[in-house]
Amino acid sequence: MILIWLMLILFAGGIGAWLSESRGIGVPRVIALVAILLDLALVIFMLLAPESIGLTPVTSEQDEWLVLFQADWIPRFGISFIFGADGFSLLLIALTVFLGLISLGSAWHEIKERSGFFYFNLLWTLAGVIGVFTALDLFLFFFFWEVMLIPMYFIIAIWGHENKEYAAMKFFIFTQVSGLLMLLSILVLVFLNYQATEVLSFSYFDLLGNGLTGEVGMLVMLGFFIAFATKLPAVPIHNWLPDAHSQAPTAGSVILAGILLKTGAYGLIRFTVPLFPDASMAFAPIAMTLGVVSILYAAKVAFAQSDLKRLIAYTSVSHMGFVLLGVYAWNAQALQGAVMTMLAHGFSAAALFMLAGGLQHRIHTRDMDKMGGFWGVAPKMSFMALFFTVAAVGMPGLGNFVGEFLVLLGSFQVSITTTAFAALGLVVAAVYSLIVIQKVFHGENKNNYEFDDLTFIEMACFALMMIGLLWMGLYPQSMLDMAEPTLRSLGVAFP
Amino acid sequence: MSTDVLIDLLQIIMLTLTSVVVMLVAGFKREHGLVNVLTTSGLAASLLIFVFVDPVLPLQATELLYFDEYSLFFSALIILGALTVSILAYPYFESHNSHNEEFYILLMTATLGAVVLACSTHFVSFFIGMEMLGVSLYAMIAYPVHADKSAKFPLEAALKYLIMSGLTSGLILFGVALIYALTGTMFFNDLAPAIEAQDVASSPIIIAAWLMIISGVAFKLSLVPFHIWTPDVYEGAPVPVTAYLATVSKAAMLAVTLRLLLISDAFQYDALMLVLTVMAAASMLLGNLLALLQANVKRLLAYSSIAHLGYLMIVIIAAASVPGMLSVESMGFYITAYFIMSLAGFAVISSLSNSGKELDMISDYQGLFWRNPWLAAVMITVLFSLAGIPLTAGFIGKFYIFTSGVEGSLWFLLTMLIIGSTIGLYYYLRIIYAILQQPGKTSKQDPATHAIPFGTHAVLASMTAIIIYLGVYPMPMINILQSLAAAF
Repeated sequence: MILIWLMLILFAGGIGAWLSESRGIGVPRVIALVAILLDLALVIFMLLAPESIGLTPVTSEQDEWLVLFQADWIPRFGISFIFGADGFSLLLIALTVFLGLISLGSAWHEIKERSGFFYFNLLWTLAGVIGVFTALDLFLFFFFWEVMLIPMYFIIAIWGHENKEYAAMKFFIFTQVSGLLMLLSILVLVFLNYQATEVLSFSYFDLLGNGLTGEVGMLVMLGFFIAFATKLPAVPIHNWLPDAHSQAPTAGSVILAGILLKTGAYGLIRFTVPLFPDASMAFAPIAMTLGVVSILYAAKVAFAQSDLKRLIAYTSVSHMGFVLLGVYAWNAQALQGAVMTMLAHGFSAAALFMLAGGLQHRIHTRDMDKMGGFWGVAPKMSFMALFFTVAAVGMPGLGNFVGEFLVLLGSFQVSITTTAFAALGLVVAAVYSLIVIQKVFHGENKNNYEFDDLTFIEMACFALMMIGLLWMGLYPQSMLDMAEPTLRSLGVAFP
Repeated sequence: MSTDVLIDLLQIIMLTLTSVVVMLVAGFKREHGLVNVLTTSGLAASLLIFVFVDPVLPLQATELLYFDEYSLFFSALIILGALTVSILAYPYFESHNSHNEEFYILLMTATLGAVVLACSTHFVSFFIGMEMLGVSLYAMIAYPVHADKSAKFPLEAALKYLIMSGLTSGLILFGVALIYALTGTMFFNDLAPAIEAQDVASSPIIIAAWLMIISGVAFKLSLVPFHIWTPDVYEGAPVPVTAYLATVSKAAMLAVTLRLLLISDAFQYDALMLVLTVMAAASMLLGNLLALLQANVKRLLAYSSIAHLGYLMIVIIAAASVPGMLSVESMGFYITAYFIMSLAGFAVISSLSNSGKELDMISDYQGLFWRNPWLAAVMITVLFSLAGIPLTAGFIGKFYIFTSGVEGSLWFLLTMLIIGSTIGLYYYLRIIYAILQQPGKTSKQDPATHAIPFGTHAVLASMTAIIIYLGVYPMPMINILQSLAAAF
């Protein structure tokens, strides 16, 4: 029931924010803040003191669900409300709520028009994402998968930048079409399962072990894979992302990069591989190759960008390539690495987008050729930029390093060639990251931009994310322990 | 004639009575408001009559009409549509400096025809219903023609509809005659046994007859390649009539067609199935592609209706291989969803328009969200529902179509459905985007300035509520549909 509360608080908060719009821009954002803080409190309880709210804590031995809620929805088709969370989902829920708070911080001073409706969309996106991370009925999952799109579309289409129509449309169509393919796959899976077992059910548990093999299994698996790979995104279906990211307002980019991309990775780990183990095994070499291509190609393209947000967007594609690689290597280290990369990238990408958004808000351009010498103008901002860039590159001691290292370690056992190429990504990452620091913060301030340094709220957001990344880098075991039982229950052998 | 028959006929009697009363009142006292209230309450009474009186089901009432849950469901839907149109018509025609009262008589007779169609299991009542509906519609489309100024070109639209409809009736009549010549029956139920008894199943004449009937039906449902009249008629007709045309006339036709195909076992003819498949695929593709080019919302909705009818054909084609129950259920759900969302969409257009000026260009909607958030929210809900996005009735409808298609293994048509939906998204989003934009500085007229009457608000609110309710909790509706589908 606590999972339902997580979503209900956000849904209700969103409606409250919208209704209070006429009372000025201050009220909606306070309502949104209260809703997110309430959620955060619940999540912290779930993470740190599960006994106090009647939950059994996650331990590395048990493969039980931490929370499981079940109720009928459309019994005609065997569709029910099944929400469940285990360690893995819980980590992602925590990431979602935390980054929700960060995005609220980045919107605090930026959004002035129709702020009530903005916070409505923000909270509903978060609620939709929590739904995705907890739904264990395939229909319900698809439902939330689509529901999280609509508010995001509004965020880009209303508060976006100069080319928002194109970006919003592209974002929506890419996700929607790949979603329809997934819906088709879900239905085929359910009806084949129905023919085989006489049980019409969309429940994840009933569909596990469906025994779909051969050509049909492969086609159905591909439907899922395309939907998740579009969201991840993987080359060659990535090109909605640079547009959506660069046109979205800061809070939108933070949510997109920090949370929405992770739903794709989550889908691969939770659904695609466990539902179709044979087809996934056969497909793994191709998926891993796609992962490596994403890493290298996106890194190369990132290097060629002069638009700061587009550059960061491409680096996201590159980092998510590691996740794809890790998932399809499908062993303990690689998967743990994928999970760590998801979490760490959530923080570092969100922080970088917040910086880029903050810069754009101050100087009204994202063109790096016009920038330069900002270290003198805004030293705090520059320091933060350096910190999070270095984190994204994979500096030991920070979360991203742990993730990418584990992915490479795991995939090395599967394919040495692939891993060798993937490791090149680390080198290229240094190149495109340092160019940002050089062009924007060093050199000469050609256009004599003068602007305020980070505000208190921004500093607080960045400080929180710094602490998070340091935690992940220095004490990753706390998170690996959370994810382990989930991965174990999905059939991954742990040493 | 027993009392049971009379009880079942109550709805139809009520409708007939209302049209007579409206005609008499209009003859003595010309007052738009009075006539509108009479019509609306007559429709409401016939809609609710079976809440108070239990009908006897199923029952063959006279040779021509058959009452079961299926026909009552569709009758209720039709009357609901007519009721909505009557409410919308009042503010629309109020500014019209002419005699408005006859419009409601036409509305009543058209509705009567549609209800007869929904209850028909006999070619004669099929034809009578279709003609009653059609003939009333010619006049309804052309209704504003002699006003001082009318928004569109109603005469052109009415003439197009008249000619096309005439052709259609001829085709259907010829097909029916051929079937009668071979089998000697016009009862849907007797067709299959008679064809078998006469051993004419493979006769080219019977196939030709079926093809004629199906082409006629395709005209009415505006399936490609019989769709050419649709955009012009949608655009030229006054908005309330367009709403009626898009919902009531299509739902009635679909109700009778599905029943005809299911009980006469027409699915055994490969040629017929091939034609249906081609029409479905072409409608999905062409309807969506042509909608991309439109700048006028009414024309856009016309093309999108072609596409939606194409989606629905998947259900009808799948009926050949899946249990009839699922087909009836799927079609019932989709048509209800489509019905409600179309009505809501046209209600938005109608509340921004009057008979002198219709706001139907996409550019007219720019910034609606900032000027009138309520109308904008309804329109956005409708468009998302048409696009089949979750939380709306359109999504569950699309889910049903996917389900039927997967059970019937219609992979080609499902591919077309996905391609069509993708294109569809693009033009729906274009309108949504226009609505969300900042109002343009050039737009002189603010469409939201004139007060929207309470009735229209009630229609908008209830339709939106139904769209969301069906999208979030469809189970009650599914239960109703399952009970009426049990007969098939």
